[in-house]
Formats: sequence, C-alpha cells, structure tokens
Amino acid sequence: MLVLFLLPFYVVVSIAFGTVDPIFQSPLPVYEPWWWTAKYLTEEWHFVTGEFVPVEIRTLVYVVIASALCLVLAYAVAYYVARYGGKRKGLFLGLLVAPFFISYLMRMLSWVELLQPAGYVNKLLQFMHLTPHPINWLAGVPFTVVMGLVYGYIPYMILPLFGFLDRVDSSLLEAGRDLGASPVRTFLRVTLPLSKPAILASLVIVTLPMFGDYYTNNLLSGSPKTTMFGNLLDNAMESTGQGPQAAVLVLFLTFFLLIPMLYYMRETARAAGER
Amino acid sequence: MSQDTATERAPEIEPTPPQIVPPPGRVGSRNPVVRWFRDPWRKPHLLATVTWVYLVWSILPVAIAIALSFNAGRSNAVWQGFSLQWWFGHPSIAPEGSLFVNPELHAALIQSLRLSFMTMILAVPLGVAFAIGIDRWHGPAPAGANFLMLFSFVMPEIIIGISMFMVFTFLLKFIQLGTTAQILALVTYQASYPVIIVRARLLSIGREYEEAAMDLGASPTRAVWRVLIPLLYPAILASFVLVFADTIDDFITVRYLSGGANTEPLSVKIYNFTRGTPTPAINAAATFMLFSTTLIALVGFWLYRRITRGQKVEGVADMLG
Repeated sequence: MLVLFLLPFYVVVSIAFGTVDPIFQSPLPVYEPWWWTAKYLTEEWHFVTGEFVPVEIRTLVYVVIASALCLVLAYAVAYYVARYGGKRKGLFLGLLVAPFFISYLMRMLSWVELLQPAGYVNKLLQFMHLTPHPINWLAGVPFTVVMGLVYGYIPYMILPLFGFLDRVDSSLLEAGRDLGASPVRTFLRVTLPLSKPAILASLVIVTLPMFGDYYTNNLLSGSPKTTMFGNLLDNAMESTGQGPQAAVLVLFLTFFLLIPMLYYMRETARAAGER
Repeated sequence: MSQDTATERAPEIEPTPPQIVPPPGRVGSRNPVVRWFRDPWRKPHLLATVTWVYLVWSILPVAIAIALSFNAGRSNAVWQGFSLQWWFGHPSIAPEGSLFVNPELHAALIQSLRLSFMTMILAVPLGVAFAIGIDRWHGPAPAGANFLMLFSFVMPEIIIGISMFMVFTFLLKFIQLGTTAQILALVTYQASYPVIIVRARLLSIGREYEEAAMDLGASPTRAVWRVLIPLLYPAILASFVLVFADTIDDFITVRYLSGGANTEPLSVKIYNFTRGTPTPAINAAATFMLFSTTLIALVGFWLYRRITRGQKVEGVADMLG
C-alpha cells in the first residue's frame, strides 16, 4: 500500500528531472537520481514563474472567493440546522447528504442545461425583463465559474461544520446569554471561537480540491479567459510532448498545497488521538 | 450519539415565549423594526430563509436535469413533453441514441458497473485488513501509513490521476492502459475509505471483545474472524456503499487511464458529451448513475438496519464517516 502511494510520486519526480525522447517528444523518465538533470525542470519552471503567473493568480482569486462564499453560506446553513432543526433535523440532514449521492458531473450538467442561452435561467431573466436578450453564461463568465465551484464543493463543507455545531454544548451558549451577552455577542465570543478548528478543517477539505479542479471550469466556461491551474495540468496531459510539463506542474501544486495538507492531517490525527 | 444530543436540546429548540418584561434599554425601542430585530426570542427567520434557499438551489437543478431525461424533443434546455425515447428508444425512433440501446452508451454503462463492482470487491477487504493492521500493530510504520491514507482525502484527484497515468505508461508498461490500470488506480485511491471508516469503528469497539475471545480459547485468527469482523459489519457495509458510489461517479483518474473510447465508463462519456452537444440521453445516463448509487445506498441501509437490529442505531453522519 505504501509502495502504491510513494511509487507514483517517484515516477513523477523522475519525469520532471528526466529527459525527453528527441524523436517522439515523449518523456524518458530517469529513475537513477544521480543521472537526474534539471534541464527540463528549469525550462518548465520558466513557465511556472512567467507565462502561467496570470493563471496562478486567477486560480488563487477564484478559489479564495469561492471558499469564502462557501464558508459563509455553509456556516449559516449548518448553524441553522444544528440549532433550530428541531423535528425537521432528519429531513434537513437527508437533503444535505443528498448531493453526496448525486454525481458531481450530473450537478454540473444540470447547470450547463439551465445556463445555456435557451435555458431556464435566461428564460426567467427575460420573463422578469431583467435582460433584453439571453446572456451566454457559458462563454467564459467568471461569475459562472465561481458559482459552479461554490455549488460543487459546498456540501463537503456543510457536513463537517454541522457535525461540529451539533455537538456544541448548548449550555455554554445559555451561560453566555445568562451572563448578559447579546445573541450576536454570544455567537461572536462563544460559538465562533469554539468552531475555529472545524472551520479550518472544512476549509482545507474544500479549498485543496478546488486548486486541482479543471472540470468545473471546462464544463461551465471552457474559455481561456477563465483558465485555472487545473486546466493547465489537464491541457499538458492531453497534448503530446508535454509530459515533463505535467510532471513539473504536479510537483509545483503538491508543494504549494503541502502546508495546508499537513496541517489538516495533523489536526485529524490529533482529534483521533483525543477520542 | 447524535440522538441523545437531540433529545437533550429539545426544550431549547422550541423556546417558550418570553414571560418577563424585557429591560427597556435594550429591547424596548420605539421603532418596531429595531424592536423586532433586538428581540432575543424571535425566530431566526433570516437563517431559515438562507437554509431553505440553499436547499432549493442545491436540489432543483438536478431535479430539472432528471426531468429532462424524459423529454420528448431533443432539447436539453426546455421541456417538450414526456417520452422514454432517451432511455429505451430504438434507433429508428431515437436516431441520436438512447442509453440502453446505443452501443456506445450501453458499453460505457457496462464498463461503469464493471469498474465499480471490481473496485468495491477489491478495495474494501484490502482496506479492512489494512485498518485492522494499523490499529493492532503499534510502531512508526502504521502511523506513517495512516498519515498517507489521509493524503488521498485532501489531495486534488488530478494529481493522483496524472501520477497513476505516468506509472502505467512509463514504469509498469506491461499493464496496458484500460480496465486493469483503471481498477488498480481506483483500488489504491478508494481503499482509504474503508480504512478510515473501519478505524473509527475499531477505536470505539476497543480490544476487550477480542481479548475475551482469546481468553476463552480462540486463536487470534479465529478471534478476528468470529468476533471482530462481525462487530465491524456496519462499517464494512458503509465502506461498500461509499466506495461504489464514489467509483461510479469518478471520472478524473479513470479518464486518464482509459486506453481508448471502449474503456470509457459512463461518467467519462457524460463529461465528453457535456462539453459537446449533449442530448437528453446524457441526462438519462446521469440519472441512471444516480439511481444505481441510490439503490446501493438503500440496500446498504436496509442491511445495516438488519445487522444492527437491537443495537443503538447510529446517525447517517456516522455512516458517512
């Protein structure tokens, strides 16, 4: 098992440090570390620090906005269901879990159908006289992409938040209220600090996959105006002769995400240890 | 576990109307809007609205997509009447192809089910064995392995897909891209579900039952088979359901590892067609995937209820890990 996880990583490193077949343009991985060359690595690194920078910044901006929207919405929903769900809690929970059983593709497909020029969103907008003619939402509109990211990943955030907020001891909140704090103040001073670990963990769960997401973008826009980092990876995979580029981009993304990943894993391990 | 907390909080959920006169400085403003806003006992209307809007937003598009798979016309944007032609239509009726008759979609459907069943059958026993191993064997090696398991949860899947692709094209060349490579990659990736779910269950069971069995004369192997595994049935069942549902929906890893169009499962076809010009047959394909995961989940839940009859039933959230 360990081998199956570490082996792929080693192959990627070997390709990044390896050479390219001069005739077929296919990468020739070099498995012996002493033969590694940094030639293609530095060549591709120029892309990472040069041509791809706008894409990297765009990815960061989209992911930050989408994660923030996810957090606000997810927290509100999780908080409401956990504290005021009452008798309907089971129903709410069922509806919140439902997206897990619906394929991600299907959820994107349904938005593609709604947002296309003849789709129901444009019909509704025209019916309400908000727009004179249909808007092509699928032709590289950043709003669509961010909305798609929020739509796609928010279920993964609500459930951990709910799981935590449901366990918050309500006597703590009552104590806050008894001591004279307003509801808002109780929330800010008691609930929010308590849920900080849950917030951070769920942010990691949602944010990291977004960095490698190319399909949301490809399905909902497909235009170079909204290219994200995941698309660079996917494009490198689909064109021949870009093996080293894909490998270098994979390494770059992995190292970029290593710190939040390690943080998450440490927290999870610690939580498991406390039980 | 979640049930006790729910009953404990029951009085707090349905708050009694205020019996005391609110202090004038804080709540008793002249302005009724301010007064309403400051009333600490008012119902959380804003949060309720947000929640309901969210739920509608999350479910409605999918419901529309499901409905459109029964569309009579070839549009996947507007409802044109009811028909089953995109599901069963013969080529003479539905020239664009229906899910169960079009050879390409039909082959993809079989491939989807094949991949999911094989992955389920291979990944779950492997993961269960691994979880028991990690739990019962102390030292640095299992801790490191446990760490790696969590990796696949937060790692963007595209990284795993590309790495696996490179392994099978450059290192393990004797394994052709296609079904075998797809299953191997999926098993590697999916085995972490059973590991994490089963470990959580193992932690809550403790070692006492096993030790009792061994005190009564069972060999360690027998103790695991006759005592531990039956205790783990709910966790194993949940793993089967999750692995199946996740595999049938997976398209990132599988897409890179499919040697050609004939080993592309339904999920990859949906992805390809959505980028082109989708017909309602694609909606039918997506709906079929949804039906099959729901069916597996229902069967799993039914078995779960049968197994845990007499035991305390744990919540859905526990089942999801």
